[in-house]
Parts: sequence; structure tokens; C-alpha cells
Amino acid sequence: MAQNSESPDAPLLRTPLHDLHVAGGAKMVPFAGYDMPVSYPLGVLGEHQHTRTKAGLFDVSHMGQAFLSSQKPIAPQIEALVPGDVAALGVGRTRYTQLMYDDGGIRDDLMVTKMADEEGRERLFLVVNAACKEDDFAHIATSLGDAQLDRLEDRALVALQGPEAFAVLDRLIPGVADMSFMSWQSVDWEGAELFVTRSGYTGEDGYEISIPNNVAVRFTEQLLGEAEVEWIGLGARDSLRLEAGLCLYGHDIDETTSPIEAGLVWSISKRRRAEGGFPGAARIQAELSDGPARKRVGILPDGPAPAREGTVIHASGGGEIGMITSGGFGPSFGGPIAMGYVTAEFAKPGTALDLIVRGKIRPAKVVPMPFVPANFYRGK
Amino acid sequence: MSASEVKYTEDHEYVRVEGDIATIGISVYAQEQLGDVVYVELPEVGKALAKGEEAAVVESVKAASEINAPVSGEVIEVNSELDGTPATVNEDALGKGWFIKARISDPSELDDLLSEDAYKSFIEGLD
Repeated sequence: MAQNSESPDAPLLRTPLHDLHVAGGAKMVPFAGYDMPVSYPLGVLGEHQHTRTKAGLFDVSHMGQAFLSSQKPIAPQIEALVPGDVAALGVGRTRYTQLMYDDGGIRDDLMVTKMADEEGRERLFLVVNAACKEDDFAHIATSLGDAQLDRLEDRALVALQGPEAFAVLDRLIPGVADMSFMSWQSVDWEGAELFVTRSGYTGEDGYEISIPNNVAVRFTEQLLGEAEVEWIGLGARDSLRLEAGLCLYGHDIDETTSPIEAGLVWSISKRRRAEGGFPGAARIQAELSDGPARKRVGILPDGPAPAREGTVIHASGGGEIGMITSGGFGPSFGGPIAMGYVTAEFAKPGTALDLIVRGKIRPAKVVPMPFVPANFYRGK
Repeated sequence: MSASEVKYTEDHEYVRVEGDIATIGISVYAQEQLGDVVYVELPEVGKALAKGEEAAVVESVKAASEINAPVSGEVIEVNSELDGTPATVNEDALGKGWFIKARISDPSELDDLLSEDAYKSFIEGLD
């Protein structure tokens, strides 16, 4: 989910699974300060298709994991920073929300899980973007009076995604096949405590699994030993989430975009829309009542030429109305796809657009997202 | 010069020279680095290319890369087969995956290009 923010001088960090990537023939690139696999010998197209048809394994250990705990009710405390409805989260439930700026821009997007209380303290498990984690955790730690933030630097994080992910993981951790979408549980694996969430960022069914570093390689090797599983790099992670219509922080959402402009209104409950009480609430409430000035939309270029991030969007035969924030080729979709922001009056599906690609006008149109149907687990 | 000689740039374009015709494409190394090619934007036939100028764009799933003209010349043919099957660039970069045929306007520019052996040493130095 994160943007690249490496400084050329700092040595790159390595995840606990680094050696496995190298052994798997990965092409490594700097990403958010880490040396990360962009692709493996299977190639981006093959990795993408593998995830859509079998089970793809992603190392997302660069993302930030933390516990937030408090002797007082924790929901009101975190709700002062995010518009998501944490009070409504039951134990073992996970929710997507955003850390907000006072002006209604987005600091980061994150996953929040309600854990069982421990020693009289309410607890949340947070997962934030790699490129933002230092800022996010500093912000959270200084903004919350009573609550205590404990970063989990001793844990790897992997995602197992695809229609066969449940069958694979259930072999290693019996019972996870029955977990509902966006649910979380702590499980014992060979004496280690894993956190398993049924979620992901590919549009497929799957899991994110937080693993103590001391068993991370062993657990991951077991997953890789299953016939359905292949390593998937950042390249395919990006094409998968783009097809799924999901935002990438630093590209499709950032400090200038509001959750309403970004089409993330579904992540803000009725109560929180009405009550406000989070940074940027005034802007969000105004945009909810009057409509945002611009909206994030799906964009389908006519013809085979991809239109990349930064491509200027014009009204068909007219002037500039926006910009593409993510664009490329959708391997499962079978052609170029993109998303970006346009002035609200041009956001209706079917609206004709002109994309200015390398100085040439390329016709396109607004389309609903996702580009490929989501395949989340919705129960039996 | 032999009947069909391949020369390279340090930017991984190749030129196959037959008489005064240059067939231009990207090297096997380049297609490996790019990964799966999904689109190639080719110039108009008749366009006069100056050496070093953008001649084509090759797009992988990940990114778009500019292909610069290794030599100056007029485009006399483009490989329109790539429209439907861009993956040919991955499968046969030096053969059916060619991009452009151009009539060379200044044959002396060929002297600046790398021979096959020199290019091989060059890419070995990159890894």
C-alpha cells in the first residue's frame, strides 16, 4: 500500500524473510527503505495470474505493526485520530480506516483490529504502511493521553492471497478456513503466537499472518512447500490491487485527498459521519452534504496503450479536469486500466475523457471499479 | 561489415544492419530486465529519427521505457505485429520482436555502437 521513500544514502533494511527471496531468485529493489522483491522468476504477469487462480505469498514485513492498549476504553481514543467506527468493532474483528490530518487530508491508511482485553487493558492491533510507519507511530504515541503504543518490531508479516489460500493455510493452521472476512484470531503454531486476519489487498480471498521473527522463516518455508503457493513480488501486488480498485497511499490517496474524494465513504459509519470528532471532520461533513469537488474514478483507456500515474486527464475535446494516480496494465482484465481524480461533474461512469499520453490524445472513459470482480470470502 | 551485423547501445537497443537498412529493437538483456511486455508504441512510417531521439516506447506491467534511436534515419517500416502480440519482444527480441526498420542516413554513426562482444562485456559489468 505504500509509496517509495528511500533515501539513497541510508542502508536498506531487510525483512526477516530476505534470504528466502534471494533463494527464490527475486529481483530486489529499494522500497520504503527496505530491500524488497519486485518480481521472481515467474514474472509479474505469471505472479499476478497465479494469485488470481491459486495462492500467492507476499512478504509485507516492511509494514508497521503495533499494539495500542489502555486501561480506559480504547475506541474513543483512537477515534480521535481516525474516522472509522472502532467502538462498533467486536473482539476479533478488523476494520480499514485512515489516520487523518486536521484539514481532512489522509496521513495514512491502516487496518485496526480489536483484540481481547489483557490484564484489564483494552487492546488494538494496528497495521500501517511501511513508508509512513515512523510518522504514524510518532503521531499516535504523542496524540493519545492514556493509551500505550507498543511497536512489534519482532514480527514478520506475510499475506497469502488467492482462491486456494484457505485450503493451504488450513493445512498448517486447522480451522482458519472457517474464519469470516475481516476477522482476526490469535493461533498457536508450534508454540509461537501467530495473528491471522482474513483480509488482504488483492481483491482475492486470503489472509495476512503476523509471525514472530524466530519462526518466520520456518513458517514461510512450510507455506512455500505447499504445491499451490508461489512468491509474489511488489510488481504483481500493484497490478492486483489496481485491478481490485484499491488505493495505494502516496499515489491514490495522500495528504491532499479526503476519504470522501477517494470514494472511501463506506469506511466511515453513519454514527461517525454524524458525530464527527476526528481530524478533518468539518471537511468530510461538508463534502458529504455538498459533494466533493473531485472524485476518484476508474478509467478505461480505449486501445492498448497504458496511461501511467501523472497522466493529465482532459474532458473529451476540452480542458484539464484531473490526473491519473495509478495506471498500468491489468493482466486479468486483459488491457490497460487506471484510476485517478476528475472534477465531480465528470465522474459518472460512461463519461468520455481524453488522456494526454506522451503528448498524444488517447480517448478513455470513466468506469466503475473494481476492474475484476472481488472474490472475498462471504461465508458458506 | 558482414551481411547482417548486430550492434548495441549502452541503453540496450540493438541495430541489425543490412545494407543501408537498420532493424532496431531491444536486447535480450533489456527484455529480461523489463519483464512481460504489454504494449509497444511505434513511430509513424516516414518519420525522420535523429540519433538519441525517442523512437518508441515499450511498456511492461510495471513501467514505460523510452527507446531511443541508435542511429539517425527515416522510418520505413514498423513491426505492427507487436500490437496484438507484444510478448513477442520477450520471446524473440532479436528476431520477430523487432520494432523499427529505418534507412540509415549517416552510416558513420554505426561506429559509435558496441559490437556484440563489447555489449556482452558491458552487461556482464552491470550485474
